[in-house]
Amino acid sequence: MLRALLSDDLPRSRWLAVALVALLVGLAVAPFLFPGAKSLNVAAKICVFIVLAASFDLLLGYTGIVSFAHTMFFGIGAYGVAIALTRMGPGWDAVAVGVAAGLAVAIALAVLIGLFSLRLRTIFFAMITLAVASAFLILASQLSDITGGEDGLNYRLPMALRPSFRPFEGVTGRMLDYYLVYFVSLALVLILLRIVNSPFGSVLMAIRENPFRAEAIGYRTVVYRTLASCIAAATAALAGALLALWSSQTNPDTTLSFDIMVDILLMVVIGGMGTMYGAAMGAVLLVFAQNYLQDLLALANKALAGVPLLGNLFHPDRWLLWLGVAFILCVYFFPTGIVGRLRQKR
Amino acid sequence: MKRDWLPLLLIPALAIAALPLVGSPASWVTLTVAGLAMGLMIFVMASGLTLTFGLMDVLNFGHGAFIAVGAFVAASVMLALGPWMQAESLWLNLAAFLPAILAAMAVSGGLGLVFERVIVQPVYGQHLKQILVTTGGLIVAEQLLKVVWGPEQITLTRPTALRGAILIGDIAIEKYRLLAVIVGLAVFAALALTLNRTRIGLLIRAGVENGEMVEALGYRIRRLFVGVFVVGSALAGLGGAMWGLYQETVTAAIGAQVIVLVFIVIIIGGLGSVGGCFVGALLVGLTANYIGFLAPKVALGSNILLMALVLLWRPQGLYPVAKR
Amino acid sequence: MTEPLLSLRGVKTDIGRYHILHGVEFDVPEGGLTMLLGRNGAGKTTTLRTIMGLWRAAAGEIRFAGRDIASLATPDIARLGIAYVPESMAIFADLTVQENLILAARSGPPDQKRLDWIFTRFEALKRFWTLPAGNLSGGQKQMLAVARAIVEPRRLLLIDEPTKGLAPAIIANMIAAFRELKDGESTLLVVEQNFAFARQLGDSVAVMDDGRVAHTGGMAAFAADSVLQQHLLGLGMDTHQ
Repeated sequence: MLRALLSDDLPRSRWLAVALVALLVGLAVAPFLFPGAKSLNVAAKICVFIVLAASFDLLLGYTGIVSFAHTMFFGIGAYGVAIALTRMGPGWDAVAVGVAAGLAVAIALAVLIGLFSLRLRTIFFAMITLAVASAFLILASQLSDITGGEDGLNYRLPMALRPSFRPFEGVTGRMLDYYLVYFVSLALVLILLRIVNSPFGSVLMAIRENPFRAEAIGYRTVVYRTLASCIAAATAALAGALLALWSSQTNPDTTLSFDIMVDILLMVVIGGMGTMYGAAMGAVLLVFAQNYLQDLLALANKALAGVPLLGNLFHPDRWLLWLGVAFILCVYFFPTGIVGRLRQKR
Repeated sequence: MKRDWLPLLLIPALAIAALPLVGSPASWVTLTVAGLAMGLMIFVMASGLTLTFGLMDVLNFGHGAFIAVGAFVAASVMLALGPWMQAESLWLNLAAFLPAILAAMAVSGGLGLVFERVIVQPVYGQHLKQILVTTGGLIVAEQLLKVVWGPEQITLTRPTALRGAILIGDIAIEKYRLLAVIVGLAVFAALALTLNRTRIGLLIRAGVENGEMVEALGYRIRRLFVGVFVVGSALAGLGGAMWGLYQETVTAAIGAQVIVLVFIVIIIGGLGSVGGCFVGALLVGLTANYIGFLAPKVALGSNILLMALVLLWRPQGLYPVAKR
Repeated sequence: MTEPLLSLRGVKTDIGRYHILHGVEFDVPEGGLTMLLGRNGAGKTTTLRTIMGLWRAAAGEIRFAGRDIASLATPDIARLGIAYVPESMAIFADLTVQENLILAARSGPPDQKRLDWIFTRFEALKRFWTLPAGNLSGGQKQMLAVARAIVEPRRLLLIDEPTKGLAPAIIANMIAAFRELKDGESTLLVVEQNFAFARQLGDSVAVMDDGRVAHTGGMAAFAADSVLQQHLLGLGMDTHQ
């Protein structure tokens, strides 16, 4: 049964399996294990980012496409729900409309970008996605009537998801909200696992390895790449919708900024490209790094308080520097990332 | 000699088309000069990138780092030479300006050398890894900028003699923009001369078309790569310095802000073509300024539209290099 | 017997996962013209490219004028005095005819006497001297490609299908030029499918089949043996391609 659930894509490493189980269970009981708003927030963010990173892995790791526009789809999903809840009031109908609209726009955009530029070389595609994403970011900030501009949108969630909602003793709307995020995220990841382990997934990997050969055998690479793009975009949009449903506010910084793009890039590469589980490991690593690496750096910073430049290298805000170095090292020496190393250890 | 003048004509065509839309001729002149200045600054930043791609098939997503480094170095030098910058005399101003941009070019060039040896060289020919690794390099470089210069932005005021505008009747032409135009044209002239009149230029032009054949003729083209990369980075530094003065603020994200326009320019121009880059940059600069005046919200979008239109007309860019 | 100028022993070349050359072995004697013949796909172009270092031999030995060049980089191989004219001609289209030749003349501006000789054989190059080489016709580009290889004296010329797609009149010019070259100081190794050309110019012949050299010997003997020709090339030398 487990094999079927995981689409035959087992962790294949004791350490990885342990880590994944710990993650699964830890996130499942988070509301009870880590009381307090902040920890629950971190847990929810991990869920959302695992889905986002996994969808990016579909593109980067399995299909071999680098797209800098991935956060754009995330933002579209988030704003879809946010705008609907703002305009239509806090109801499930608004949520449905928002999700549907977000998905529709994301998929349409993915098709457009794909057909226009996926015939071009990897590098062209990457540059064009960068340009489109930048334009979208600016547009979102400027269409303030619809999107709330730089400050974003604040809205009320449906009744059942609000902290004040108490259906039973010990159960709050916030918990329900969290489990909504948790289970949908889990479902999406399992669906992605199924997709990459299907014949479709095999074709994607063949295209990644040798596009010419794949085309020669008879697979229209543009079609497959566009399809992969759409699936990735749709999943990212759903992840965005989840984020919007978790935090009752949506703004460009939390959903469209290039910092997020950098984060998911780091997650997928350091976690391990083309493994799906790598996205999960990478997401956890990055969120922990954002919180705990800073503390570690702060220690080192204190120790080097006197030394001018060196001290700055270890400033807590510079955690991204060290992750960036780790990222580069991974691309050179550990292309299969953490998951790959764990699997080698067996 | 049969030359392809058509893309070049797009520049005056765009300018003329904008005139009725802008309305007032005085505003039109101001915007056109602004557009040319901005375009030329972007050209300076982009020329190295397009040559590097044409010659080495390497696209450095970290190019923005050189732009940012140039801006910061120039800022530091200019702040150190504060009194000269504030002086009334143009010559003293230039005496501060010149070392600043030379220092910017030197440091960016040096960074370029390190970048090429450490980050780019191991991944020649592997495009996916190149994109990832150079993006990683960008992240690290931006963070290092914050380490050295601190995370706050630096305010950079223009030298006294270059502040304000020259007034010709109704028309106001900012002095600094004139300087930017002069510097940009000088860089273009220097590049054109080097490419067309020197042996190295010959090697580069041939190498962009078919590096393998150049090697078969007996030239160690790999060494040329490094040189072109370093010059490209130095030019990016120069562009960054000019851009920093233009914006009057310098932040670590300055490279990222302008890199999108740089990419659009080299795609429009045709990768590997300096001439195409020149035309593309002017078109982008003019478009950004005209649309920035007419409909500010869609300025960047209009440049993407411009790129799409050009690609529909010439899918390889305005001046595609005849590839093997 | 003097040592051959170029000799290959057991040369194996792979392209990706495909094994193209399975142990190529032949000699090119100094002075004179050696023809490299064979069916399409026999590995003739791959052999030339391997000699030139554009593809690295996975195994085997390539000796030129007594030294092993199999591990040298292409520019270094060229500097030993080997010139290469690829099948695709590889002229630089954005450069003028003049610039193409300037580039090919490594040691300085091209020698005028040499240029005059090239112009008598390839008159079109003089006409298009300052025009971009991309404007030339296919045949003229072929002339330019050969001219690049001979603008300075070279010890060995590797030429891949010089007469492909050329009009008979131009081929005649090419034949005359090659004859002058081999009577002069150069050795030529030429891949060709045009047998009239091959028979007129070739002194020795190496015939490839399926990644190996199936026959070596003198041209005269090979030209007389129509059974062997049929066997190795699928047709007789009377048939023009």
